Amino acid sequence: MADARPQKPQKGYSVRTLPGFAVVAIFTLITLYAPIAILVTFSFNAGTSMAIWEGFSLRWYQQAAANEAVQDAAVRSLFLALVAASVATVAATMAALATTRTRHFPGKTMIYALINQPLMVPEIVTAVALLIVFAAIKVWTGHTSMIYLIVAHTAFCVPFAYLPIRARLETMDTSLETAAQDLYASRWLTFRRVTLPLMWPGIVAGLMLAFVISLDDVVITEFVKSAGQETLPTFMLGQLRRVVTPEVNAISTVILLAGAILVSLFFRLTSKRG
Amino acid sequence: MIEIDKVTKTFGAGDAAFTALRDVSVTIRENEFFTLLGPSGCGKTTLLRLIAGFEPPTIGAIRLSGRDITRLPPNQRPVNTVFQNYALFPHMSVAGNIAFGLEMLGKPKDEIAKTVDEMLRLVRMEELKHRKTSEISGGQQQRVALARALAPHPEVLLLDEPLSALDLKLRKEMQIELKRLQSETGITFVFVTHDQEEALTMSDRIAVMSGGRILQIGNPREIYERPSERFVANFIGESNFLNGQLSAGSVTLEAGGTFTVEPPQGVADGKVSVLIRPEHVTLAGTGTKGAALTATVENVVYSGEATVAHLKLTTGEAIKARASNQPGAGGALEIGAQVGLSVAPGAVTVLVD
Repeated sequence: MADARPQKPQKGYSVRTLPGFAVVAIFTLITLYAPIAILVTFSFNAGTSMAIWEGFSLRWYQQAAANEAVQDAAVRSLFLALVAASVATVAATMAALATTRTRHFPGKTMIYALINQPLMVPEIVTAVALLIVFAAIKVWTGHTSMIYLIVAHTAFCVPFAYLPIRARLETMDTSLETAAQDLYASRWLTFRRVTLPLMWPGIVAGLMLAFVISLDDVVITEFVKSAGQETLPTFMLGQLRRVVTPEVNAISTVILLAGAILVSLFFRLTSKRG
Repeated sequence: MIEIDKVTKTFGAGDAAFTALRDVSVTIRENEFFTLLGPSGCGKTTLLRLIAGFEPPTIGAIRLSGRDITRLPPNQRPVNTVFQNYALFPHMSVAGNIAFGLEMLGKPKDEIAKTVDEMLRLVRMEELKHRKTSEISGGQQQRVALARALAPHPEVLLLDEPLSALDLKLRKEMQIELKRLQSETGITFVFVTHDQEEALTMSDRIAVMSGGRILQIGNPREIYERPSERFVANFIGESNFLNGQLSAGSVTLEAGGTFTVEPPQGVADGKVSVLIRPEHVTLAGTGTKGAALTATVENVVYSGEATVAHLKLTTGEAIKARASNQPGAGGALEIGAQVGLSVAPGAVTVLVD
């Protein structure tokens, strides 16, 4: 009678029994979130110090709100993010349709890789490349409007908008589109009445993700912007070079909050089925 | 009337090519309940998709009421489909789903509203008009899918295994419902199924398919009682296959007994395979006169309304005898007993092998 006990089948491994896992997890969480918690806390500091707590106050929020440079940068950031995210989302929607709703054609995988290129190329490389090209155009045309920022932001927002839209299209039942065609809908009506309403959550999610990505971009913006075209992140970077006050913390906290709201909405939209 | 004229469908090319339909020809009559029956992978769903226009045939033509529709896109064919998974639009209400086809055809609003109500009544779903399709049961979704496909009043309704997702009781109900809808609307139904009982119960005619070909077309009685070949006999109902010798319109079985038969065309005198359905074999008791065959009882299976005896003939061939159970009759057969078997006149069918 050797070993009559039924053995439990070993499936993967449990994080509960993995040695050192808890330590790593706690360390990671602390490094991720402790600085953010400190930043948010000191945005409410009554004093100018970033290290000594001098009591609760909304002083830095008021100061930031009253600062014309901050207002100017905030409006520019929002405008830029809205335009770039919108254009990128339209492009990404068309790209997602072309890569999921067509028969296989040569180069399809290549197109997929090209669309996602900005996710893989280091941002600094893209930034330098854009700087060189745009500088040449600026010299040649003398034109220095925000169009360069809009083009640059649109370009790096496309893959972020593309991914959730493509994911949505891939989980959608294609027999619904077949059914619409069977029920006398033309290709355009099939798209407008069936495909578009069903992929809508993916499009909104893509738009929000692109918006957040544009809103907090520093590297590319810093390289591409012309004089006087500060966005919130580049303004803050400029502030840090001079005197550091909790005003930066206050602005960061507001951006953090806006981003957190959009990202949680994004998860709600992408996790809900049907 | 749908004419499928020498249609071949090949998917892919080169080494990966797969031929789903091989030179299929069939004419489906007007107002007919026509069933494509066969095991999975036999090409029945491909044929349905070709009629709907979701795929073009590789070779051959499809005509609807004399008009060539081979290359017509699905939205220009007066043909509607009930999909296996129903494919209801999740972002529309029950009424919205039913109205969809009519809206696409550009019918006036009041006519659409009238037809939608009519369809809801036809499938007995009036009270669920404004529900979302995710809020109704599988059986109800099935009815909505039917109503949606019937609303534009197509010339042909295609049904792709529409009952396979329902439980047995609901399936039986829907079988009767479908028959009723077909006779009330006067629309030609082309029904795809792998369920032989479903096919026999509902169809005016059945085409039995295997390996991309149609093996036999006939009404349920012809298909069941006079299957042309072994595959058809085996796929539909329970079968006994025995060897015999055909000569001048009668078969002498190797196990004994001579029966008059109507041999199908192309079968020459000589060695043949024959089919005898188990319910046409009667246990005649040991040594009974008139019993054509002698067999040994190997097993007895009681299944409620009938009892099936599994027997072995003197030649070693297996044979089953099925008898419906009578009240109170509990004459248990003993395993190993010798019994006589009689075969009903006309029950022997010669197969083309």
